Amino acid sequence: MIITSRFFNRSELIGFIALAAVLFVILPLSLDVFRLNLVAKYLTYAFVAIGLVLCWGYGGILSLGQGVFFGLGGYCMAMFLKLEASSVENTKIQSTPGIPDFMDWNQITSLPLFWQPFHSLTFTIAAIILVPGLFALIIGTAMFKRRVGGTYFAIITQAVAAILTILIVGQQGYTGGINGMTDLRTLRGWDIRPDHAKIILYFFEVFLLFVCIGIAQFIRLTKLGRILVAMREQEDRVRFSGYSVANFKIFAFCMAAIFAAIGGAMFALNVGFMSPSFVGIVPSIEMVIYTAVGGRMSIFGAVWGSLLVNFAKTSLSESFPQLWLFGLGALFIAVVLAFPNGLSGIWADYVQPRIDRLLASRKSKAGAWADNSVADGAPAE
Amino acid sequence: MSDEPNKGLQSPLRRKLLMGAAALPLISMLPRPSFGAGPATATVNTTGLAVTDTEVTVGILHSATGTMAISETGSIQAEKLAIEQINAAGGVLGRKIKFIQEDGASDWPTFAEKAKKLLVNDKVAAIMGCWTSASRKAVLPVMEQYNGMLYYPTFYEGLEQSKNVIYTGQEATQQILAGLNWIAKEKGAKSFFFIGSDYIWPRTSNKIARKHVENVLKGKVVGEEYYALGSTQFNSVINKIKLTKPDVIFTDVVGGSNVAFYKQLKAAGVDLSKQALLTISVTEDEIDGIGGENIAGAYACMKYFQSLDNANNKAFVADFKKMWGEKTVIGDVTQAAYLGPWLWKLTVEKAGSFDVDKIAAASPGVEFKGAPEGYVRIHENHHLWSKTRVGKAKLDGQFELIFETADLVEPDPFPKGYQ
Repeated sequence: MIITSRFFNRSELIGFIALAAVLFVILPLSLDVFRLNLVAKYLTYAFVAIGLVLCWGYGGILSLGQGVFFGLGGYCMAMFLKLEASSVENTKIQSTPGIPDFMDWNQITSLPLFWQPFHSLTFTIAAIILVPGLFALIIGTAMFKRRVGGTYFAIITQAVAAILTILIVGQQGYTGGINGMTDLRTLRGWDIRPDHAKIILYFFEVFLLFVCIGIAQFIRLTKLGRILVAMREQEDRVRFSGYSVANFKIFAFCMAAIFAAIGGAMFALNVGFMSPSFVGIVPSIEMVIYTAVGGRMSIFGAVWGSLLVNFAKTSLSESFPQLWLFGLGALFIAVVLAFPNGLSGIWADYVQPRIDRLLASRKSKAGAWADNSVADGAPAE
Repeated sequence: MSDEPNKGLQSPLRRKLLMGAAALPLISMLPRPSFGAGPATATVNTTGLAVTDTEVTVGILHSATGTMAISETGSIQAEKLAIEQINAAGGVLGRKIKFIQEDGASDWPTFAEKAKKLLVNDKVAAIMGCWTSASRKAVLPVMEQYNGMLYYPTFYEGLEQSKNVIYTGQEATQQILAGLNWIAKEKGAKSFFFIGSDYIWPRTSNKIARKHVENVLKGKVVGEEYYALGSTQFNSVINKIKLTKPDVIFTDVVGGSNVAFYKQLKAAGVDLSKQALLTISVTEDEIDGIGGENIAGAYACMKYFQSLDNANNKAFVADFKKMWGEKTVIGDVTQAAYLGPWLWKLTVEKAGSFDVDKIAAASPGVEFKGAPEGYVRIHENHHLWSKTRVGKAKLDGQFELIFETADLVEPDPFPKGYQ
């Protein structure tokens, strides 16, 4: 791999420009608000997928419990929105007005203590980052310091996902149970449901997504990124070289958790809804699938993977209500069998060499400004 | 209800007639049978719904895949049957009903997404759909925001009323109170043991049942236990039942858990011919999975059983089996789902319009005399007046009707004294 001083090498730059053009210009111009809102929903999973590229693709830590962090972020946001939607005048018909409707249905008569701080937006935003971050820190410390890794770690993250789902479903008076938190309406008095709000939320989300892409890219390019890759390939050698493998793993895992939580919070805002069906084992595995389809080594690939798989999910289920799951399953099998490196692998193996050849032939014709930029166009990794 | 033979699902769609606006007055003078003979579209559809001179589009939104598919398939079938029959009888305001089916995939946000798609993209005039309370709660804000009309078939916990929803199943007090009264009188029951799945419907139902047992029947509740959805281990609660020896086991366990519950009950030696058990969650559909021999003797309390002996029901059961096969069974919710398209048709014709606002306003008082359960009427609160019945499960998986209320029971989604 060639180390460049630039933030993006040329193929990444093409990827960056293509993604920015599609998300900022092409999709908003070509889709109606309903479809654009669906894209916003798909993109919330892209946050998770970027986190997985860092922690699984680079760090080699396969987490099958990212739904936990997606859910924690989403629930923090939803709690704030739900409190705002449950003002006294909105909930007049309840036995106890002013508390969320599901609490009233469960005979809870006052707002529980841990709900109180979620009246504050500042606290909520901090909680969206810190709650999942700290939770990941605890799990990570407990696991990696004891050198639990690989399959065992994946299984434990699954168990955590299952436990959190059971907790949320069981404590329905405090969490809304299996129904989740529905009917979220306003953010500080600003209605999040009408079309113009959906458009603003979409652009805000895409902006956040690019911030996260930037952070992930930055981590990748620093020495830290190199150590992550080294750790994935030869964990013992890194350890013998004097690095604390556990700390690096904890860091990657926490970053993935925080990205997932931001995605979850954006989900609650865009969809107006949060439920335990995004926390459990199945959605967690789906999130890994998005990353795998996109290519687990590629940050941009992860975004494309999330978009395409979810788009396929929606369109297949609209066209074939009874058979679509089989179609989706076949798609996964085909991608994994034929293209183990996912979409970004297809790009690197088939598209990129042609572009390079095209550019090289044009350059040799022109003969001028010959420098070494062909070399640095080689696929990253 | 129509007496015409139904043509089967695959009947070819009639070619859509292309008509200029100039031809409208002429066509509206033609006799009934051909579609396109109703009043002008501009007058019956002022809000841009998917209504043409010959067709009107509605949505069907249930889970065709996932864990709820087994329950919701019956509702889909019933709704398709009703739409077929309505079309065979001349459609709605001279328009043929076309439906767009979407899959909620047993996933509540997917329900919300698909409901929004049906309302915003397809502009459907009404949606027949949802099954679980969770899916309805997810869809409700969408219906209210985009002003849609939902016909919801399942018996449910109440505590809800919306301009945009017609509840064709029973709410909790309608279903439960008559059953409890009957079993208290008939069996002299004083002590009750409650077992439910852990979510909003069983919890609310048991809350209402507890208040009724304690305050009205002057009995007592000797135990109340909840199990996670999908749970299959009921041995500990069965032991408690054997220890406390309640007069009645009152259950609202849902879905696949029922199979485990009744099998374990039988294996533990609880004989349902001696131990009274009243369930509000087992219909003929569930018995299909449980097996008649495991539940024979139990009482179920709801508004419809496939075995009801009246002319409407006989025709309905025959048509249903003709369309979907001899082996299909029809449960309470399936029948309630069948009411949806019919009530919508009758309301549209009463209102003389497809506009949702007019339908919502015209709904109270709409009566359907052809209902398989007998006569139903829409209440001001958008729920149905209906009778409540108690059936006894037989070995063949059917219920034998042993009690029904003399009058229609008034729906009361916000019951005073039960909250």
